[in-house]
Amino acid sequence: MTQTQTQTQPRPSPLVSIENIDIALPAGSDRKFAVSGATISIDRGEVLCIVGESGSGKSVLASAIAGLLPGDGLQVTKGRLLFDGQDVLSLNEPQLRRLRGARIGFIFQEPMTALNPLLTVGRQLAEALEAHGHPASPARIGELFSAMQLPEPETIGRRYPHELSGGQRQRVAIAMAMACGPDLLIADEPTTALDVTTQAEILKLILALRVSHKLAVLFITHDFGVVREIADRVAVMQNGEIIEVGNARSVLDTPQQPYTRRLLAAVPTLDALRRPSLTDRVALLELDGIEKTHAARRGFFAAKGRSVIALDGVDLELREGETLALVGESGSGKSTLGQVITGLIERDAGHFRLFGDDIARAGDLFTSQRRPAVQMVFQDPQSSLNPRHDVRRILTEPVLRAGLSKAEAHARMAMLLARVGLDASVADRKPHAFSGGQRQRIGLARALMHQPRLLVADEPVSALDVSVQAQVLDLLAELQRDLGLAMLFITHDLRVAAKVADRIAVMQQGRIVEAAATDDLLHRPQSAYARALLAAIPGRAHEADFPHLKRLQRDTA
Amino acid sequence: MTRVARSQRHQIQGIAAAYGRAFGLRLAKAGLTLFAVIVLSFLLVRLAPGDPALILAGDQGGSDPAFVDELRHHLGLDGPLLFQLWRYLQNIASFDFGISYRDQRPVLDIVLEKVPATLLLTGSAFVFSIVLGVTLGALSARRPGSAVDVVITTISVAFFAMPMFWVGLVFIIVFAVKLGWLPSYGMETTAVSARGGWAALGDRLSHMVLPVLTLGFFYMSVHARVSRTALLQISAMDFIRTARAKGLSPWRIWRDHLLRNALLPTITVASLQAGQLIGGSILVETVFAWPGIGRLAFNALSGRDYNVLLAVFILSSLGVIIANLIADAAYRLIDPRLEREGKT
Repeated sequence: MTQTQTQTQPRPSPLVSIENIDIALPAGSDRKFAVSGATISIDRGEVLCIVGESGSGKSVLASAIAGLLPGDGLQVTKGRLLFDGQDVLSLNEPQLRRLRGARIGFIFQEPMTALNPLLTVGRQLAEALEAHGHPASPARIGELFSAMQLPEPETIGRRYPHELSGGQRQRVAIAMAMACGPDLLIADEPTTALDVTTQAEILKLILALRVSHKLAVLFITHDFGVVREIADRVAVMQNGEIIEVGNARSVLDTPQQPYTRRLLAAVPTLDALRRPSLTDRVALLELDGIEKTHAARRGFFAAKGRSVIALDGVDLELREGETLALVGESGSGKSTLGQVITGLIERDAGHFRLFGDDIARAGDLFTSQRRPAVQMVFQDPQSSLNPRHDVRRILTEPVLRAGLSKAEAHARMAMLLARVGLDASVADRKPHAFSGGQRQRIGLARALMHQPRLLVADEPVSALDVSVQAQVLDLLAELQRDLGLAMLFITHDLRVAAKVADRIAVMQQGRIVEAAATDDLLHRPQSAYARALLAAIPGRAHEADFPHLKRLQRDTA
Repeated sequence: MTRVARSQRHQIQGIAAAYGRAFGLRLAKAGLTLFAVIVLSFLLVRLAPGDPALILAGDQGGSDPAFVDELRHHLGLDGPLLFQLWRYLQNIASFDFGISYRDQRPVLDIVLEKVPATLLLTGSAFVFSIVLGVTLGALSARRPGSAVDVVITTISVAFFAMPMFWVGLVFIIVFAVKLGWLPSYGMETTAVSARGGWAALGDRLSHMVLPVLTLGFFYMSVHARVSRTALLQISAMDFIRTARAKGLSPWRIWRDHLLRNALLPTITVASLQAGQLIGGSILVETVFAWPGIGRLAFNALSGRDYNVLLAVFILSSLGVIIANLIADAAYRLIDPRLEREGKT
């Protein structure tokens, strides 16, 4: 463990102090300890960010603070853990319960699943109050909701989680965590599942609460943008060990450990790719006035079906060899547009030309010439590969069916596996044998088996850790350049878009509000919405103050 | 708690409005289903081999063709099939299910006499199977893979796999014949039940034990499996972790968060079972000579007493439809997501 900053003056006793703690994984796991030899403290009123990739042990360490380790065999085997001077490891369950919710509040990543779907949010908040002997009067509940800046705080308590938006649900979760006035808020990736503008608001709320309630915050994240935005101190975890701790500025500016430097370098910045203009190339895909309305399912109980306008007159052009990023928040219609282009859903209106031919119906895409030429990469590599098929079958089945000989198919598979950085020997293994990044490489190889001319990639890296994400993005850019593919890259993350796209189209409520060359869009946005999206990117305010960061990234890259 | 009560009242008021509209539609759909059941059962029974007029005429010693024809006319079995169907529907509309060929009494009277006995049997078995099944499911979900779990799972699979009538026979041999603890047939001992009071109640209960267990064990095993799976799934969900993080007591977590969510699949299964229970009661009532609808149907079938058979079909379908309506309403009361999204 490296302390980047030696503690110069004696501090008042910390709120949480963790000393040399080991947390054992159940027997038979791929490593022995989820957390090993971790030492760290959290002061009153400070925001400590723990950064690390999935499996680094950051969530496990945080849940140990209130004895909330998941039941299946995780155990603290060594070390000391003090909360406000109290030895947490020696407390029994009822004593721990008096800490949880009362003095330590938790919020989690998925606001969708973190609330019980069958109870009103007011009842769930009341429960948190009553569990610790606080009165749960409607007035108190309204007050808490109002402090979380929820709309209609007096009545929102009667609503169920599914009736609220993701950001509102996360505010409800924060209200529950804050209900009993805790000293420590443990926030485990609380904004990862949210849109960038919502994320900015939630971060603002947490920072405001920290000031008004003198709250210490343990914030777990993998996003250095978020770290930049809120952290006082940062701890970096890798494989269960805290490898670097220090004050936020010094860790971000002068990281000591190679791993930290690698992580920082993998964070995409808003520097546009520079590429020669492609305006003289042939247009592969031309969309003109595409419309699509999702009719709400007319159920037996629904008095009248409500419909949602997903695409409201979209014009788009994609040229040969060009990468166009389609950026928007959830519900903006970007995935619907991807589905229209790949023929997975039928449009209601508008002109659609592909490779110069008119596509009258979605069915026209499913011909032996066009289907192989338009391929997709999906978001979740976990669920988009058939778990019961081996890689060989996943890759070769479609081309064999399309009439390629077995020898050719296998030759192409071997070539592509090498191309995406996997050994040819993996062909006999099934998807579960691979990591998330490797699976996405397989998904990419699968899409390329057909030698497509147009690749539609729907959030292909948003399920991946930042360093893996950077590798997959590099690979995509490289393949796209070498194979001369046109690519439609759907993402909610402008930073990712900046890294791969020649042009960016910003979608909002079913319309493209702005489409421009990447550099222009990032630095000279014309529309208010694009400006808002850019402003909401975490850590952006600081980017100007950190010129060395760009230098650092250039050096490492 | 008053606040909670008030919020629940609000929920119920909110749901009630949607219910008014929705329930009408549901009822209309149920009516259509019932109509289809009547038409299909009628045709099915009429197309089955065996002529009731001939059988009855045979019983009365005559096979004179003129007599048989007259009997057929008397029974409403003459004329084209569709005409018979029309007449049958008309009669049903005024709750006239015809006359039993055998007993020469109105079918409705005969069937309604038997309904309470069957309701007592199936209702007790239904409640017994859910209560015991969910309890066992909860016990085995506490520690999956533990000895308790293995024992419960083995018992459940065993009762699910054994034929119900065979289980009934084994119960009779063991508890009635060998041990002599419980009566083996019927619903009451006439001499005892005539006295009334506590003795009669005890007598009735002792008659109920074996048939209810026979019927209930089978469905209990289904509930044990379903609730075990559901509880394990729910306990891995994020909102359970949230509930723990709030510092709720294990009992509150179990009742308000775990069980409530895990009951949804149990309700689905229970509503499907309502129909099967009536089928199961035919076997059990026959084995235990229980004077209910099941045995009535069995006898009517062997005696070609079509009107009785039809009435049993129709009434049990009605029972299934009502059970499904109730399950649907229960589901909607528990799960607020259904009301808005209009899923069926």
